[in-house]
Amino acid sequence: MIVLTVLALSIIALIFGAQAYLMQNDTVALYLLAIGFISMGLAVYVLVQSRKRMAKMKIETPKIMTTVECRKCDTKNVREFERGDFVFKELDKCDKCDENKIITAIYKIVKEKEKPFTI
Amino acid sequence: MAFVAGTDIVSQLLYAASMLFFVVIMLYGQKIQMYVMIREVENSLRKLKLIKEEGRKTTIETIKEIGKPETDPSPRVDRYLEYFTISPQSMDPAGIVNKLDHILDVRDSRFKDEVKLMAPASDEVQVNNLENTLEAAMALNFIYRVVRHFYIQGKKTLSPYVIMQLQMILPLVMKEAEAYSSALKAFAYGQPIGDGVGALVAAKLIYGSKTRKVPKDCVVATIPFEGRTALVVKARGPGGNVGKPGDAVKELIEENKGKIASVIMVDAGLKLEGEKVGEVAEGIGAAIGGPGVDQYKIEDSLVKYKIPVNAVIVREDIADAVSPMRKEIADSVDSVIERVKSVVLERTKEDDKIIIVGVGNTIGIGQ
Ligand SMILES: [Zn+2]
Repeated sequence: MIVLTVLALSIIALIFGAQAYLMQNDTVALYLLAIGFISMGLAVYVLVQSRKRMAKMKIETPKIMTTVECRKCDTKNVREFERGDFVFKELDKCDKCDENKIITAIYKIVKEKEKPFTI
Repeated sequence: MAFVAGTDIVSQLLYAASMLFFVVIMLYGQKIQMYVMIREVENSLRKLKLIKEEGRKTTIETIKEIGKPETDPSPRVDRYLEYFTISPQSMDPAGIVNKLDHILDVRDSRFKDEVKLMAPASDEVQVNNLENTLEAAMALNFIYRVVRHFYIQGKKTLSPYVIMQLQMILPLVMKEAEAYSSALKAFAYGQPIGDGVGALVAAKLIYGSKTRKVPKDCVVATIPFEGRTALVVKARGPGGNVGKPGDAVKELIEENKGKIASVIMVDAGLKLEGEKVGEVAEGIGAAIGGPGVDQYKIEDSLVKYKIPVNAVIVREDIADAVSPMRKEIADSVDSVIERVKSVVLERTKEDDKIIIVGVGNTIGIGQ
């Protein structure tokens, strides 16, 4: 709310500044234009910042992966997690042999956003 | 025109304005600062509300999906979210552990009954998962209510002490709320969480052997381990459940009449900032979190027979502990087992009997 008022005021200041310039009142024009630009810059900055904050509000959900293995023939494949999966759950038969496949791991992969501190 | 006055007047006006600015800052500076802080808190509170509402929605959707209730579970869930637990009076602390244990038992069975009413079609595993989901939603609701309380109080009083206190701890509170929010999702889907690393280690040792139930909600398997006999204990999965390892260890020690060479506890341990996630560390003592009842029981039976206790922990922070298990943590299981092996080889003799306890929530981890 305050930001929008400041924005409006800055525009008014700019208009008056332009008017003063046309009337050849250079000092006043300079002051008004300076005030107008500075306050407009501030208002825009604050708006962008709050936009950014709004975007940050959303919580991202990383993908959860499930590793399925056949112990007998050492095949391993990774797929996305499905409801009902749990570690050491026995699944259907392996494609190559008749051993049952099992889930050996469920995990999420996190991309480290922070810089590591090396001190 | 009036606003195009002489330069003199303009500069005088500007001078007056800057003086006024200084006076305002001097007199109302703190108030302005308070308003800025309140706005910051307000934004966080809004986010908290969003997280809380989302948690509630996920919970209700999961109940509807799994539990197939005949009526809308929303009013019941809302009532559940406001549940509170009163911890026992500690003025005379003798015997407080049993009192706390009793309260927690009552709470647990009450919650399970409530979940069964909400979601009649769910099996035991799902009841456990739903209970955990609801508890996460409860935690989020509680955080929101407390922050809102201090926010409104701060706004009413404009007291710097109230507002600053809130504003200072807010980053940590938000981090916790986000952690609970991802925990809620993990619980709703039945995904293993970081805290379950102890249970995962135990499951890996147990896998393929016969298990039997021990109190309460735990399983134990007897396996050969480096020439010793190991009794491996974990909570019974894959439902969301921490069991009562305290009771389980006590019973196993009594069964063997105290002839246990060592108890080794594997758990997730809090990491400090700057330490790596999934690092394995080793130490002494009963590594188990929670309200302290289980730690007390374990220590009690250990002292009775003078059994040494070793701990192996996997480092992770609180957010990692309650959100879906990170790859680093899942990958650390093998090095934990290596560590346990070396502890056993160094600290016990051949043919000894040892107990290995995998502590933690076993959600999404079978055996
Ligand atoms: Zn195979």
